[in-house]
Amino acid sequence: MKSRPFALAAALAAAGLAAPAAAQQANEQFFPLLVYRTGAYAPNGTPWANGKQDYVKYINATGGINGVKIAWEECETGYATDKGVECYERLKGKKSSLIDPQATGITFALTDKAPVDKIPLITLGYGLAASQDGGVFKWNFPLMGSYWTAADALIQHLGKKEGGLDKLKGKKIALVYHDSPFGKEPIPLLQKRAQMHGFELVLLPVTAPGVEQKATWLQVRQQRPDYTLLWGWGVMNSTALKEAVATGYPREKLFGVWWSGAEPDVKDVGANAKGYSALALNPHGTDSALIKDILKKVHDAGNGAGPRDEVGSVLYMRGLLIQMFATEAVRTAQAKFGAGKVMTGEQVRWGLENLNIDDKRIGELGLAGLIRPLKTTCTDHMGSTAVRLHTWDGSQWKMQADWYEADKAVIDPMVKEAADRYATEKQIKRRDPSDCNA
Amino acid sequence: MLYRENGQFKTSYAADQQIFPILQDRVAIGVLLAIAFVVVPMFGSDYLFRAILIPFLILALAALGLNILVGYCGQISLGTGAFMAVGAYAAYNFLVRIDGMPLIAAMLLGGLCATVIGVLFGIPSLRIKGLYLAVATLAAQFFTDWAFLRIGWFTNNSTSGSVSVAGLNVFGLPIESAVAKYLFCLAVVCVFALGAKNLVRSAIGRQWMAIRDMDVAAAVIGIRPMYAKLTAFAVSSFIVGVAGVLWAFVHLGAWEPAAFSIDRSFQLLFMVIIGGLGSIMGAFFGAAFIIVLPILLDQVPQWFGIPLSTATTSHLVHMIFGALIVFFLIVEPHGLARLWSIGKQKLRLWPFPH
Repeated sequence: MKSRPFALAAALAAAGLAAPAAAQQANEQFFPLLVYRTGAYAPNGTPWANGKQDYVKYINATGGINGVKIAWEECETGYATDKGVECYERLKGKKSSLIDPQATGITFALTDKAPVDKIPLITLGYGLAASQDGGVFKWNFPLMGSYWTAADALIQHLGKKEGGLDKLKGKKIALVYHDSPFGKEPIPLLQKRAQMHGFELVLLPVTAPGVEQKATWLQVRQQRPDYTLLWGWGVMNSTALKEAVATGYPREKLFGVWWSGAEPDVKDVGANAKGYSALALNPHGTDSALIKDILKKVHDAGNGAGPRDEVGSVLYMRGLLIQMFATEAVRTAQAKFGAGKVMTGEQVRWGLENLNIDDKRIGELGLAGLIRPLKTTCTDHMGSTAVRLHTWDGSQWKMQADWYEADKAVIDPMVKEAADRYATEKQIKRRDPSDCNA
Repeated sequence: MLYRENGQFKTSYAADQQIFPILQDRVAIGVLLAIAFVVVPMFGSDYLFRAILIPFLILALAALGLNILVGYCGQISLGTGAFMAVGAYAAYNFLVRIDGMPLIAAMLLGGLCATVIGVLFGIPSLRIKGLYLAVATLAAQFFTDWAFLRIGWFTNNSTSGSVSVAGLNVFGLPIESAVAKYLFCLAVVCVFALGAKNLVRSAIGRQWMAIRDMDVAAAVIGIRPMYAKLTAFAVSSFIVGVAGVLWAFVHLGAWEPAAFSIDRSFQLLFMVIIGGLGSIMGAFFGAAFIIVLPILLDQVPQWFGIPLSTATTSHLVHMIFGALIVFFLIVEPHGLARLWSIGKQKLRLWPFPH
């Protein structure tokens, strides 16, 4: 009787040692997919993960990247940093050539490991703002925007509403943020903008995961800020909106970052959230040629990763876009290192650094008119900072027309300073210009 | 047959009091250490080191520290994560603020800071006991969470609240590769495990156990409860603090207070309970059960080519893991270490049980 647990444990251990390596063909490009389909952030993590998977399946259904099929494996992180590190270590050995950590905390932990393992990190719309500087962060790619460009676009939008950035003088802007590196990232930029335009910045932290916000909104009620920026993720967003309703804070004065502007955030609040705006990093809806093709080739073939009606939702599209850029990076790398070959991590890194998604390519990808051109360089790992806002009309997100670009005069010196500080702390040297041409 | 002590006579007190009185145990431990220090580094993969062995060793060390407090002295604590965090952030500050600070010194100083905080939060144990004390130690958890999130000085005014270390080395040897990190953790854990084992066998250890078993009786026979309880808090939080330094510096590299949240405290308490209260070996069993088993379970469907979605696998792991916890606690409430010693006892009589 007593020996049975040991027998069980021994059998498990033996199975572990004897396990055959997962089948992976030599001529397949391997993408590890770090996801979270369970835990506190699952409602947001699931469509994101499904979008990533569907795009991989779509590429394989259309013949791969110049004939190279994509192999993939998911690993559940539950949004926990230590679990994410475990996933990374588990999957990197399978010739991983690119990783999207899908969480700010995991990105911080992997930023040190990526240069050693020579695996680029793609952190579309999240991660470290300073990692835009390719001179220091050789392996990080915060494509399309960071929290600094997001905060900058929001301030520009508020300025526009007021009729000029100078009109923000004397105004009170509150930041309700997730109390973690993710939520704190925009603060330096907002402080700088506050200094420039003379508005007052009120910082209101919310403890993770953000279901308890009574005290925070009591302060909003007391201080009555002219505008409130929402920097939340997961259940924090819908809670914040409900609290705003309870507090009677006008939703028209509430502006979220792109992680606070998806369907799961507003669905529970429904019509009460009407008028709430958030940044829209990516387009959504099912009108694009790409989505129609995916529905036909993946979902109609019975191969979809998630439910059909989720296709085209905000976070699904973000996952899709991330995988699209990853695929384009491999394609770009193949143009230099040989079409139809499997690219290594270093080659994919080169591809990420030389992405050129112009209007013509966007049309070929089936996203005509929906995203802005993106061009990365050795020094600029972001490529584009263009972003729009969308507003919840009570039943769906409505895209606004204006595009915003982060003000280079504000962002660039901050990025350089932060990157230099990081380089000093980590004792790494800024890349030589000759390294760029390699 | 192979495992019995017939004919092994002790002729001195020293021989009688050694940690492993049976020759076979000494040989087994010697072989185990040789495998851990020599064979594993030669053949282990990066994944084995970074994802399994290093977290296992570090959390085993933390569980060891907690076991001194909970298992040996009977003071239930839910502040383990807090003491780990104090160790980690203190060591980080020593490292970035003092030029040329050696890693080992920063680690020990971090441990000392955790000791101070541990003793401070241990003072209520003089008045309150058991579950009440567990709730009181929660204060440590909430306090450190607040302090490291809000007070910029602790994180060297990092804008995101996340801090990181780089370029670790011991006596000029870089702790960068997986093997180096593993060996460093292993060495630290071995030293601390040996020290803890000897401490619990010494006079102070017996005082702790007397307090645990019945504090009034212990006081009657002349044990000072204050001294015994506070030393247990001090030793425990020192070890836990050092484990915190290793977790932050060696395992994560970059961390935020969430790495030492209340979940970590619970996790360590479960390790101690499942591994075996009042047993040094139990800390290792507990850590293996809590850290390694879910990772293995997570990969089982894949080994056998069972097509399960990621979410289903993750849910299954939680269910099976929970069932196993219940199973083990029913089979042996004293933990895996007790099962181990029962097994050894049976082997000594084998093949002729009474």
